[in-house]
Amino acid sequence: MSAVAASPPAGVQARAHPRRPSTLTVWRWELRKLAAQKRTYLGFVLASIMPVIFVVVENIHQRGGHRDNIFAAQITQSGLATPVLMLLFLSVFMLPLVASLVAGDIVANEDGNGTLKTILTRSVDRGQVFAAKALAAMTYAVAAVFLSAAVATVAGVASWGFNSIRTFSGTVVSAPEGLLLVFAANACYLIPLLTVTSIGVLLSTATRNSAAAVVGTVGFVIMLLIIGQIPGLAGIHPYLLNEQFENWHGLLRTPTDWAPIAHSAWVCALYAVPALLGGYLVFLRRDVAGG
Amino acid sequence: MVEEAPPVKARGLVKRYEEVLAVDHIDLNVRAGDVYGFLGPNGAGKTTTLRMALGLITPSEGVIELFGRDPMREGARALEGVAGFVEAPRFYPYMSARKNLDLLAALDGDGASSRIEEVLEIVELAPRAKHRVGGYSHGMRQRLGIAAALLRRPRLLILDEPATGLDPAGMRDMRLLIRRLAGEGITVLLSSHQLPEVQDLCDRVAIVDSGRVVYEGALSELRRQGGAGYRLRTTDDERALAIVRAQAGIEHAITGAHGLGFQAQESDVGPLTLALAGAGIGILALTPELATLEDLFFRLTENDHAGTPPSAGPDEGAPTTAGAPASPPAVAAATQRTVEIG
Repeated sequence: MSAVAASPPAGVQARAHPRRPSTLTVWRWELRKLAAQKRTYLGFVLASIMPVIFVVVENIHQRGGHRDNIFAAQITQSGLATPVLMLLFLSVFMLPLVASLVAGDIVANEDGNGTLKTILTRSVDRGQVFAAKALAAMTYAVAAVFLSAAVATVAGVASWGFNSIRTFSGTVVSAPEGLLLVFAANACYLIPLLTVTSIGVLLSTATRNSAAAVVGTVGFVIMLLIIGQIPGLAGIHPYLLNEQFENWHGLLRTPTDWAPIAHSAWVCALYAVPALLGGYLVFLRRDVAGG
Repeated sequence: MVEEAPPVKARGLVKRYEEVLAVDHIDLNVRAGDVYGFLGPNGAGKTTTLRMALGLITPSEGVIELFGRDPMREGARALEGVAGFVEAPRFYPYMSARKNLDLLAALDGDGASSRIEEVLEIVELAPRAKHRVGGYSHGMRQRLGIAAALLRRPRLLILDEPATGLDPAGMRDMRLLIRRLAGEGITVLLSSHQLPEVQDLCDRVAIVDSGRVVYEGALSELRRQGGAGYRLRTTDDERALAIVRAQAGIEHAITGAHGLGFQAQESDVGPLTLALAGAGIGILALTPELATLEDLFFRLTENDHAGTPPSAGPDEGAPTTAGAPASPPAVAAATQRTVEIG
């Protein structure tokens, strides 16, 4: 180290009001950290490879004829049926898994590596760090959903054309309107998915263990799926988080049925708000002694 | 003119982990401009105390303030003007050193990013700044830790074992850097196992053991309390020993491989030399020796603290001892060790 030769870096005068960074700045750096990690792309690969596999298999088999689902029946008639079907398939397990890969890791990983203490001894408050991490995990979930939708749309349209499509209520909508509905449906699906993300962030904060948090988040979703299958518990179905994964169906009806979306919004809030609040409080009060 | 709050002031600091009392009513007073050594054996509570200072863990009792601000209550605001690291500095291994500093500068605000090149030059990492930190050696990470701390233009630098794992040249450079930063007026709180390093760098020290402060005050005062020892080589050590032992004011005279050792006030040494001359014994060497920090450290942390109460709130400036460093047997032990080592 050029301990003698270098010019002094550090003024020792007290500065009255140093300008401190905003939460937005912390969030941007959380995204850069995610972008710099290979594991981040694993989720993106999972989210995007499924539509490709689906389209390839459908092209090979070229099955036509009657299918139970209205969009499955149109699979070779309009490329826009593909992203809808993909959302139907991936929404229950795959996309929650992808979201929890990052949400469950985002705090616990830094705790384990000791970098949490590095950032908590800078000029940002713990609340800012937590908010930025939660927002980054949610940003990742949003990106994964729209990446999946985009890949499915491109693959479907490339295979079967950008054609009009029939909705759940049998109404035919034009291709541009269908495209808009596809992405609006994915946006609606984000309501329960961001709730899953919130639970992942809570578990990541509370367990300090990435694997436990990821498995715990996915396990929670599976547990709700199982509960949903138990006879005699039909009364609680509307309040199960996994039931909200289909909230977007109302968008693909004519006229649009907003009730499932509104219902899912407040049901998800019942899960997400306590999760985020709990995570925030744990993060504020925890001892950071790891690493 | 309003006097600024001290860089570090801890009162009655306690940290419990269930049954384990990691920090037991610690009081610290680090003054502006100090190079303050924080010493103690492994598990003494040093790192836990530093973590509390940086707001990473919550004290079970008591308070620690940095420039009058409590990190527990004021969060990041309490860390203004404060930088450093606890245990080894940690970085994102998948990012380059420069990227890591970019991130930390962004989290510092206040124009810290404009100082990145400068601090990289200071720690001589500029040529490797584009390399991933994952490939860095331990020493390079320590230097990067210093660079990250300097980004904040600290008035108080908290360093936990900064020289650990460094090769001799790295340790020397680290020492030079700390001395230079201290020379610029930065207060340094240095936790270290390297006793010669502390002795070389620090003007005040706190020695902790089993979570308690067993000494806090000026290093020179601690060494003075350790007592003045002398080493004597004569033409006839055997006869000289008898004379030394018979001389008033001379205590704890012993023989060793390199002559005699004894403890005495300076005023009692003159008559001793005359007595030796009178007996026809020639003095080949008479060397005053202060107890080393190592002697005092071992005495305070291995022998004399057992069962002693924790230190009370120290008077500013006055040394605080919870053990008995100035008691004659302890002084003798330190002196004896000095003589034997010498």
